[in-house]
Amino acid sequence: MTAWRSLASRRYSDHVLGALVWLSAAIIAGFFVWLLADMASQGLERVSWDFLTTEPERSGRRGGIAPMLVSTLVVLAITFVVAVPLGLATAIWLSEFTRANSPSAAAIRFSLDVLAGVPSIVYGLFGSAFFCVWLGLGYSLLAGGLTLACMVLPILIRTSEAGLAAVPDDWRQGAAALGLTRWAALRYLLLPAAAPALTAGLMLGIGRALAETAVLLFTSGYVDRMPASWLDSGRVLAVHIFDLSMNVTGGDQAAYGTALVLLALLLVVNGLAIALSDRWLARRITHA
Amino acid sequence: MSPSHTEVWLSRSLWLLASSAVALLLLIFLFLINESRLAVVDAHWLRFFNSPGWFPSAGQFNLWPMLLATVLATVGALALAVPMGLAAALFVSFFAPAPLATTFRRLLMLLAGIPSVVYGLWGLTVLVPLITRVAPPGASLLAAMLILAVMILPTVALTSEAALRTVPVNYWRGGQALGLSAQAILLKIALPAARTGIVAGVLLATTRALGETMAVLMVAGNVVQVPGSIFDSVRVLTANIALEMAYATDAHRASLYVSSLMLTLVVVAIVLLGRRLEAKQ
Amino acid sequence: MRVSVLIALCWSLPLISVSATAADANKLTLTGSSTVAPLALDLGKRFEKLNPGIRVDVQAGGSSRGLADARAGLADMGMVSRALKPEESDLSSYVLALDGITIILHKSNPVKALSNEQIVAIYTGQISNWKTVGGKDLPITVVNKAEGRSTLELFLQYFKLKSPDVKAQVVIGDNQQGIKTVSGNPGAIGYVSIGAAEFEEEDGTPIKLLPINGVAATVANVRNRSFPLSRPLVLVTRAPATGLTKRFIGFAQSRHVYDLIQDQFFVPVAH
Repeated sequence: MTAWRSLASRRYSDHVLGALVWLSAAIIAGFFVWLLADMASQGLERVSWDFLTTEPERSGRRGGIAPMLVSTLVVLAITFVVAVPLGLATAIWLSEFTRANSPSAAAIRFSLDVLAGVPSIVYGLFGSAFFCVWLGLGYSLLAGGLTLACMVLPILIRTSEAGLAAVPDDWRQGAAALGLTRWAALRYLLLPAAAPALTAGLMLGIGRALAETAVLLFTSGYVDRMPASWLDSGRVLAVHIFDLSMNVTGGDQAAYGTALVLLALLLVVNGLAIALSDRWLARRITHA
Repeated sequence: MSPSHTEVWLSRSLWLLASSAVALLLLIFLFLINESRLAVVDAHWLRFFNSPGWFPSAGQFNLWPMLLATVLATVGALALAVPMGLAAALFVSFFAPAPLATTFRRLLMLLAGIPSVVYGLWGLTVLVPLITRVAPPGASLLAAMLILAVMILPTVALTSEAALRTVPVNYWRGGQALGLSAQAILLKIALPAARTGIVAGVLLATTRALGETMAVLMVAGNVVQVPGSIFDSVRVLTANIALEMAYATDAHRASLYVSSLMLTLVVVAIVLLGRRLEAKQ
Repeated sequence: MRVSVLIALCWSLPLISVSATAADANKLTLTGSSTVAPLALDLGKRFEKLNPGIRVDVQAGGSSRGLADARAGLADMGMVSRALKPEESDLSSYVLALDGITIILHKSNPVKALSNEQIVAIYTGQISNWKTVGGKDLPITVVNKAEGRSTLELFLQYFKLKSPDVKAQVVIGDNQQGIKTVSGNPGAIGYVSIGAAEFEEEDGTPIKLLPINGVAATVANVRNRSFPLSRPLVLVTRAPATGLTKRFIGFAQSRHVYDLIQDQFFVPVAH
């Protein structure tokens, strides 16, 4: 990657492009710092070990967010335990087991693209009607996790498939010539090569899952108690932030504090995901 | 190479799993159509475009201003987010030294995970008052475009960056051997080579912008009207559903489902458009 | 192998649901108004502490959802943030507290009071600049609530307006959105819950509460019934409450929870 920088930038147009790129990066970074500073100035003092380990009191204005943390982690776990195997399997099928003009593959790709674009509020309404009412799960973390899995699946599949598709065909042919089975070629050659796209998809999926509010309010609910099982209703962090900032008087500080905790959680989960995908796809074959 | 027994079995079960995606989509469509029934019988569907305005209590359900608002907000957001997202991708891939690139990518991932309600809060307490100073009411189409741009930028940036990373090194070595400028190599070789991934990312970002609810609800002003300028207050379809679903019954509720259906159809149209674009290149 | 796992899962799901419903005898479910929900949460927690083994689950969804769920038996009680209409008299309602509604302006706005006629004129778009009512030369940004909210219905009812008459520049969903909108716009006017507005004003948020008909907008004035714009917060049940539901309602209407009600900036009602 850094090899690119060996390009001698003497032309004027190169300088202009470089300046624009750096400017954009600066603006983005600047915005992030602004947002973070805004959140920290209003909520940092709330964040403490107690905040993370106690239950909320007075509708969340006092006390902590422990039940919300647990609910969020349970929902995330359900979402990704369902979505990652299913998503990866589908991406592999689409990329490796179908012919280029296969109608069923086209139908599946089309459905996935549309599903990725369906508004979150529709997923909330659908998830509530299908998982909570029709399947009888009621307001539960399970219903929330399954609905989120539906939302995250298209993102995972499309980015993984794009990653696999970008791997040149001669690699597959070379593998076949060497007598590798499809599965071995996938495991040692193709998946590692597609790793950047797989990870990007996972990051986007995790981000999306943690950020969803309306969907979870309709499916896993509003209850702020520590959930006893995955069939219990539970409030995730995003819903808690929404309630504290939009509904409860005097909840602003706790809302920003919770938002900071959510960001930290995002960092941790992302870091874990990167570490895991690096390990499992450890035998990376770089382009150099 | 004839497929072995296990391979056939593997292929079949994968196909089954993959088809669940189609099944899910069909299920969602059926659900929306079923809930919209009430509003479309007896040719009432005409009132979605003919009514004087959106006054559910009076049986008037003109969706046009909100549809327009949704499209304008999305287009505006894309106009900002796509160039900047691509620039960010180029930054991480080619311009930044390794440690800075890693940090910046982590920053993008963080931005991607911030809940819409936090963006909305920031928009409501920081952005809208700023715009108010220029032109009241502040809560406006412009605010919606800006907040949406910020929200979809990480998607564009991260997917484009991943796509750029898969571009083989020999592509640009050839360019370098020919004595091309860095700008030419990046813009005319690297980006086009990564276009599948980039288009996929832009598509994802577009539909994300179309479907965003919470943040836009907090900053767009939510007045049902055709905007005369970007400083006018607008209501997008998703915000409308969020605001009114809890209090709607019968025909009103069905009309909200019709607007959900409409949005989903717009998504279908965009996906088809994306296919056409890909095919042309 | 995978198929048999799937089949096993499908069979076990109903079993899990059954064991969940078996606990229903000791569980109360409340759904409805998001205004009442935080109060219901606090009430529920204290009730759980005093009655170990009982669970009180609160879900949001809006007043209409609360009414529908109570009627259909999906919830033990519905939370509604207004008095019941005549067509809803088949349900039993129990008042928990009162909540007043006040007009708020930005703190920097020099206008100290507005007559009812002026408020109507502003909200119908006839007056569009603050200088007409003695303020600065600033366009008025009218903030209105979205359709269906009880706050809106109360406001329209008191000022004898119909929904299409209102010409707003910003439409909001929740109280806090209204407060944050007005506090960020020197030319804004809106209406929100009195308790919330009082708290924010004391907390330093740049808003101020306008008196109506000369009566100052304070929680105290709602309590002594001199403030004209107020609404009850109620719990509704399908039939007159019995058993656990009755115990909970009795608890929620008792003096023991006045502090919780006041904590939410509502006004307790003596029973």
